Parts: sequence; C-alpha cells; structure tokens
Amino acid sequence: MTKILAVDDSSSMRQMVSFTLKSAGFDVDDAPDGQQALKLAQSNQYDVVISDVNMPVMDGITLVKNLRQMGNYKFTPILMLTTESAGDKKMEGKQAGATGWIVKPFNPDQLVATVNKVLG
Amino acid sequence: MSIDLSQFHQVFFEESFDGLEVMEQNLLGLDPKQYDPEVVNTIFRAAHSIKGGSATFHFSSVAEFTHILETLLDQMRNGQREVSAHLVDLLLQSVDCLRQMLTRLQDNQPVDRREYAELEAKLENEIGGEQTASAKVAEANVDENIDENIEEQQDMAWFIEFIPERQILQTGNEPLRMFRELALLGEVLVVANTDELPNVAEMDETLCYSSWRIAVLADVEESAIREVFEWVSDECELVVKRESEAKVRARLASHDSTASQPTLDGQAATSSEEEVADESAEPIEDSTPTQDLTLPNQKDVQGTATSNKAAPVATSGSSIRVSIDKVDSLINLVGELVITQSMLGQMGEDFNIKKLERLREGLIQLEQNTRELQESVMQIRMLPISFIFNRFPRMIRDLSSRLSKKVELEIIGETTELDKTVMEQIGDPLVHLVRNSLDHGIEAPEVRRANGKPEQGKVSLNAFHQGGNIVIEIIDDGAGINTEKVQAKAIERGLISETAELADEDIHQLIFEPGFSTAEQISDVSGRGVGMDVVKKNIQSLGGTVEVRSEQGEGSTFTIRLPLTLAILDGQLIRVGSQIYVVPLTSIVESIQIKSNEVVSLAGNFDVYKLREDHVPILRLYETFSVKADFTDYSETVLVVVEVGGKKIGFMVDELLAQQQVVIKSLETNFIAVEGISGATILGDGKVALILDITGMLKRLNYQKSSKKGLAA
Amino acid sequence: MSDVEMDSLPIEIEYNEDQQLEDLGAEFLGFDLQGETYCVDILSVKEIRGWTEPTLLPNAPSYVKGIINIRGDIVPIIDIRERYGMDHSAYTKSTVIMILSVMEGNRQRVMGLVVDAVNDVLNIKAEEIKDPPKSGHKISDENIEGLYNANNKVYVILSVSSLLDLTDIESHYRKQFSLESVE
Repeated sequence: MTKILAVDDSSSMRQMVSFTLKSAGFDVDDAPDGQQALKLAQSNQYDVVISDVNMPVMDGITLVKNLRQMGNYKFTPILMLTTESAGDKKMEGKQAGATGWIVKPFNPDQLVATVNKVLG
Repeated sequence: MSIDLSQFHQVFFEESFDGLEVMEQNLLGLDPKQYDPEVVNTIFRAAHSIKGGSATFHFSSVAEFTHILETLLDQMRNGQREVSAHLVDLLLQSVDCLRQMLTRLQDNQPVDRREYAELEAKLENEIGGEQTASAKVAEANVDENIDENIEEQQDMAWFIEFIPERQILQTGNEPLRMFRELALLGEVLVVANTDELPNVAEMDETLCYSSWRIAVLADVEESAIREVFEWVSDECELVVKRESEAKVRARLASHDSTASQPTLDGQAATSSEEEVADESAEPIEDSTPTQDLTLPNQKDVQGTATSNKAAPVATSGSSIRVSIDKVDSLINLVGELVITQSMLGQMGEDFNIKKLERLREGLIQLEQNTRELQESVMQIRMLPISFIFNRFPRMIRDLSSRLSKKVELEIIGETTELDKTVMEQIGDPLVHLVRNSLDHGIEAPEVRRANGKPEQGKVSLNAFHQGGNIVIEIIDDGAGINTEKVQAKAIERGLISETAELADEDIHQLIFEPGFSTAEQISDVSGRGVGMDVVKKNIQSLGGTVEVRSEQGEGSTFTIRLPLTLAILDGQLIRVGSQIYVVPLTSIVESIQIKSNEVVSLAGNFDVYKLREDHVPILRLYETFSVKADFTDYSETVLVVVEVGGKKIGFMVDELLAQQQVVIKSLETNFIAVEGISGATILGDGKVALILDITGMLKRLNYQKSSKKGLAA
Repeated sequence: MSDVEMDSLPIEIEYNEDQQLEDLGAEFLGFDLQGETYCVDILSVKEIRGWTEPTLLPNAPSYVKGIINIRGDIVPIIDIRERYGMDHSAYTKSTVIMILSVMEGNRQRVMGLVVDAVNDVLNIKAEEIKDPPKSGHKISDENIEGLYNANNKVYVILSVSSLLDLTDIESHYRKQFSLESVE
C-alpha cells in the first residue's frame, strides 16, 4: 500500500489531509512539524511526503532539505502546501528539493488528484 | 469522492481560537524596543494557519480578513515595517474581530463583513495601497477571459519541446510522470533526444541527460499543458506551441528545434502564474450520490451541518483536548483492572471457602483499581487555569490605560488544573474581581506617590490546590477597603443597624451583600450594576466560597475556594420510604433526631423547628415529593438541617444512610430539569438516586408556603 | 425466567441496509397495547428490557414512572397506556420496557416506554402504508404515521419523535410551579 506522510502544524488541516488520503485508500501517517516528520521518515519509507511550509520547530523548507539528504528520499515526491501569497516560497521550496506544490485552499479531490499525479 | 469538510470544523475552530490566543499573548509581549523576530514569526504563523484553514473550509470572510492581516505581519517579519504601539493596538483589535467572526461561524450565524470594513480599511491603509485578496482574484479572472477570446481553427495540436536541467530528478520530478499526465489530455507522441547521454561508465544515475519533443494531438487550453510542467518550469527549457496537427507531426519527425524562440515561453508563463486560488471556489460536495465514509460520525456531523435548528450549545464546548499522558495512564489503569477482573473470574470458576482471603484481597485490589480509574477519568476533564489567566494581561493593559493607572500583573500557579465546567463558569466572576481591584483597589499614580508607594501598582493572580479544593487569590497592593465608608454605606442601605459593633473582618464581608456598591461614581469599568453579591452568588452556585481580607492602605486579597470538579460530589444518602436521595454534604449543618416538643406549628400547616436560637422551616420531603414515607410523625424521623446563602431549612427524612462520593449525572440528557433536583447518580446496587439542589428546595419551600397561604385565605 | 435474566433482553434483529437503499421497505418492531397492535421504526429501538422498579421523579405526571439506570445513562420511563388514557394495568414480570432513541440536533435522547409485549418484526414498504382514519384510535392522530395490514392484524405505525416528545411533561411541571407560587 502506498504510504504517505502528511505534515502540518494545523490539526484541522492535518486531519483533513489524512482523512481524505485514507479515504482514497492510502496509508497515511502525520506529523505536526518538520522535526517529528523527519523522525518518522527515518524509521519508515514513505512514497510521498506532503508538507506545510510555515511550521514551528522545523519549517517545511528545512524538512525538504533534510529529506533530500537522506539516501532513500532522493527521488521521493515531496509536495509543499503553499498559499497563493507565497510565490517566493514555491521557489524556495523547489530550490530545497521539493517536487511541487499544492496551493491552499484546495479541496479533497484536488489533493487526491495531485497525489495520484506524482505516484509512479 | 466527496468528503464532508464540516467534520473538521470543530477542530478548525478550536485551533483557531488557540491561534488567536497565541497571537494575543505574543502581541502583548511584543516590545518595540527589543524586537524579537521569533515573536513576530510566531504571530505570523498563527495568522497564517487560520487563513489556510478558513480558506480550505470555505470561511471566506475569515480568510480574506486574515489575508490582509498576514500581509501586514509578513512585512513586519521581513523587517519592512517597524513595530509600533499603534500597530500592536490595531493587531489586537484584529484578533478580537477574528474571534468574534469565528464565534459566529461556530454558532452557525452569518458573518457580515461590512461590520469589519472599518478595521479592514485601517489595516489596508497601514499596508499602503496593497490590493486585497479579492481584488487579485478578480484580476486573475479577467486575464483568463482574455485567453478564451481567441477563435479556434480545426485540427490544432500542441508541440512541446522539453529540455530539463540535469538535476531535475533530484526534486522527485520524473519526466515519465509528466508524459503520462499529458496523455490524459489526448494522444501523445514522444521523441527522446539522447545525444547527450554519456557512456555508461560516466553516467550518474541521479542526473537526467535526455530531452524530449512531444506532440499532444488535442486542442486543449495552453494552461492545461503548462500545468503539467508547472512544478519544473524553473528547471527546464520549455517550448509550447499551438500549430496545426500536420505541422506538429512534421516537427516531431524532423530535428528542427524551436527552443530558440523564448518569446513564446515568456508570454505563456504569465497565464499560469495567475492561477490564484479562488477563495469562493465551488462547494466541495459532489452532487453524485456517494457512500458515507464515516458511519459512526457522519450522523452527528450532518446533524449540525444541515439543521440550523440545533442549539449552538451542541457545537461549542462539546469536545475536550487531552494530553497523551493522561490517556496513557488511563489505558494502564484499564489494563490493571482487566487483570484483577480475570483473577477474580478465575477464582469464581472453582471457589471454595479456603480462597476467601484471596477473594477479599482481590476485591480490595478491584476497589483500588476502580478508584484510581475514577480519579484518572476525572483528570481528563482537568485543564490548567492558564486558560483563564491568559486573558488578564490583555485586560490589565486595556484597563490600566483607560483608568490612567500603572499596574503590573503577576501570575502564579497558572498550571494548576481544574475541571473544565468549573473553568467555564469561574471566568466571569474572576474578571469582575480583577476589574474591581484595578478600579477600586489600585490608586492613581499620584496618590500612590503621595502615600510613599511605588507609582506602579501590582495585581497578583495566584492559583493552587488545597485539599480537595482549588484556591484562587486576587491580591492587590492598593488602598484596601475603607471600613468607615463601608459601614456608613451599610447603615444607609439598612444592611446593618447603626448601633451594630462589627469587627473589621465582618465589615469587609458586607461588600458581598446584595445592593451594596461603594463606588462613589459608577465607572464604566466595574460599576455595571453587577455587584459583588452576584460574584458571590455565582461562586456559591459552583459550590465554592469567596472571602476578602483587607488592610487599609496596604491592599486587599480576595480568596476564592472551589471544588476541583462539579462532576463528583460528597453526598449524604437519606431515605424516605423506598426512595433514596443524596444531599450535598457541604450544605449540611447538622442532622438531629426530631424532638416533637421543639416543633412549632405556624399558620397553614407550616412548621418550624426550634434549633437553639434559630427557627428552621421544616420541609416534609414525603409531602413535597409525594412519596410514601415510613413515618409521618415527627418523633420517629430525622431532621437534616442544610444551609445555603445564610438561609436554613430542615428536611424531614426517615433515615440517614451512608456518606459517599457520587458521580453527578444530568437529568436533562434524556429528560427535563426538575426544580429542586440538581441531577441523579447511580448507587452501588445500580439503582438511581436523585441529588437534591438546596437552592431549588428553598424555592419549593417558598412555593409551598405561599400556596398554603393561598389556600388558607 | 429469573429477575436477572429479565433485566436485559437485547433483541437481535438482522436487517439489510442495502435493501433500504433500494427502497425495499423498512423494518418495524410490533408491540401490543391493550389488545391493539402498534409498531415503530426498528432503527430507533435500542433494546427491550423487563420491568424494573424505577426511581420516582417528584411531582411528575402519573404516566412518568420514574428513571432507571441503563449502563450509566439516566433514562426516564413512560407508561404509554396511561399517557394516552387507556386502562392502567399492573406491572408484572412479563411487562416490557422498550428503550427508544431519537436524534435531537446532533444529540441522541433516550426514553423507555412501557408496553404489554413486543411481537413481530415487520418489513414494510412505503406503498403498503395506508393513511390512518381520523380519530379512530386511542392515540391521537399526530402520533400516527400510518396503518399496515398483515397477519390479519392492523398495525398502527407510531412516530417515535412524537412518542418521545416531552412538551406535555414540561408544561405539567410549569403549570405545577406557577400554580404553587400564586399568592
């Protein structure tokens, strides 16, 4: 089963993302910040990582940088959750190694479609 | 797939209120002189989360408002804007405004953005000519329309030349994935250019050496094509050209590259950049019928989502967040309980009298498990008092500037926990007491200076546990209670006689008497017609007490004592005929065997009991509740004397039974409220016993008195 | 049957949700009241239990028998014979309490009704339900959703929400205290 890691400090967003992806048949873990996400990623292999940008403790950009340094996350699709006002964040995310982004607000269908898009 | 987003609303509201709290606390801690980027960042993050959530859950009013707020905060964060007291004020107002919006939305009430227009304008003014989110959205729409104006010819197709940078794979972008996506638009022909591919020996498998020429034989929007490459637009050279199908096919076959025409690329890039998310996006719900994804929850959620008739009570305060530690400890306890239970179960299989001792031990263990489990479950309802204390820094800040006083607030023991229900109800009385301290306690700076005190006054909030109670102290170093003034006022109001000789402590307590107010001029701070008597009554209705100690010129200390929880009560079980009732132990003064000669009959079948110097009205419970008692004659019965708000009343009962802790259950869950009954509990044998509400019983006594008078007349 | 066993007799009725979705009818639980047969939507029936002496509620209308404990819930018990003016009969060990629930907002409210006995489970399709004749029954018209004929009997289909309605009890209490407080 496809394993996805969803990272967001907002629990409603986290729940919405997890619930949506679980309903679509994915296996989902979640984390409230980059640091905890990194810990999970070290002990599990995820097929896709979806992360918010602005988070306490460790933000999404730093998370991506760290993930890309890990051997088994070199090519893993990593999607950033960004808002429309954060155009520069998109680029910053890309430079850190993110695969792409999902623009907030998004609806559950868009989320599932985007995840399916990056899955091989 | 259709997902009902309303199931996440409650969580969204809770975290948003938390976020506002965080914003408020950090705004208050924001010192223009000592700029701390992390504080601004925390505020920004909170606003950002609220914006993201509100947009996702279609609360566009909140989303648009926070968007403006976020822009401002972003400027602060980037150092483009200095932190000023004025700015902090504006942001604090915005927090209030958002709190109000969210409260309304949570209660299923409409939010009228016009109400907030003034504040929004102020914020935008601050930002300076910056467009609002809605304006941007409108613009984006216009651009899209222009694209659509181009008239179509036949058999048009798209030619794409895609030359990725070598490290493109390292962001997890796989060209094959994009081709697959293009194939969703129509028939796709791909030709790979592998000229640059090195020898296998030199090859680095993390790099991409190929480029591609692609034909999409479908007349789709350019934006659809661009979208496929959206994430890699900075990592490749991309040519997208709309031509006749024949031409595209020809291009693919030849080696003619069009990559040298960057103008096309530049033009098209703008249209995909404009893909600003539309906050008023169409509703998520599919119209196609789908299965319910969450059977257990779905009903509840739809209940609130579809019927606005549901009382707002149902949505607010219906959930509680619990730390994992508490849940873990519960799980452990349940584990122990299961072990004890299986041990006892085994013993029951082949029990003989020799095992009696072990049975007794097992039962003691069971009792201990149960007690620990009960305490642990109660712990779940306990929250730190910081939930309330946190609102005071803001309040003191606002009030002291309005009163032109200098006040420092000290908070001690904010991690002290108390029951959620108590917490919800103690907020207002506390606010009133703190206001009172600022208004009447702390003197104006010049007065303080004249009295040799520091100009800045001090109010301390202190919470701690003592026995089964939580104690909250409100301490000020102000003027203290002026005993002469209070006494004079009390005499004027007829609360005490002119000749009464009272100790200072007794005079201080007079401020809690109904109709008492010492403020010479009613200020808009504490003199809102709500007196200390209401504060006292509210605290008493929670089963608590409030006292004041005061030293003239030195300050006052208000001490509130509250039970830790409202869910459990120390009760005295009493019996009337076949019925068992619970009387709150704290309200019982004494219980006595009735001596008939001390009963005085008054007019209208109304009796009082002479208890030393008191005359205690007797309430014959069997009569009040219409139940069959063992005895109707006084000499055989017991009088349970209770007191509330200084008034005594005696219940005539058949028998006093045990004292025990009972868990309070509401009657209103499945029934309606009944006067004189505060709830019910389940006794050890599984039977239900009603819990008497002493205040309500006193009212009943008054009904009976008046109706009997009515009958007699 | 002993007391203990009578205390709780969970009913186990199988029903197929798919059938409902295809509009093949809904299941109803039939019960007897003074020689007449009635039924209610089975989905609202939580359980059937034997009669236990409830704890009295002070000053309640006589048809409110009191409250009992159902797994920690405080549940009021109503005698529908009395509520709708039929003859009161003594409670025996065969008297049955039907525990019904109704959704109010997003909350579930539960109440027990004393009935003479429960009988069949019926599958009734919408088109088989007939309009009730006006005022032909002891139970007033607004409580009746329709009639259903089967097994040579007429089943009166009762509305659960109106059976569980508390308005008359509320007004009883209100009246009582307003009368008492009249000078």
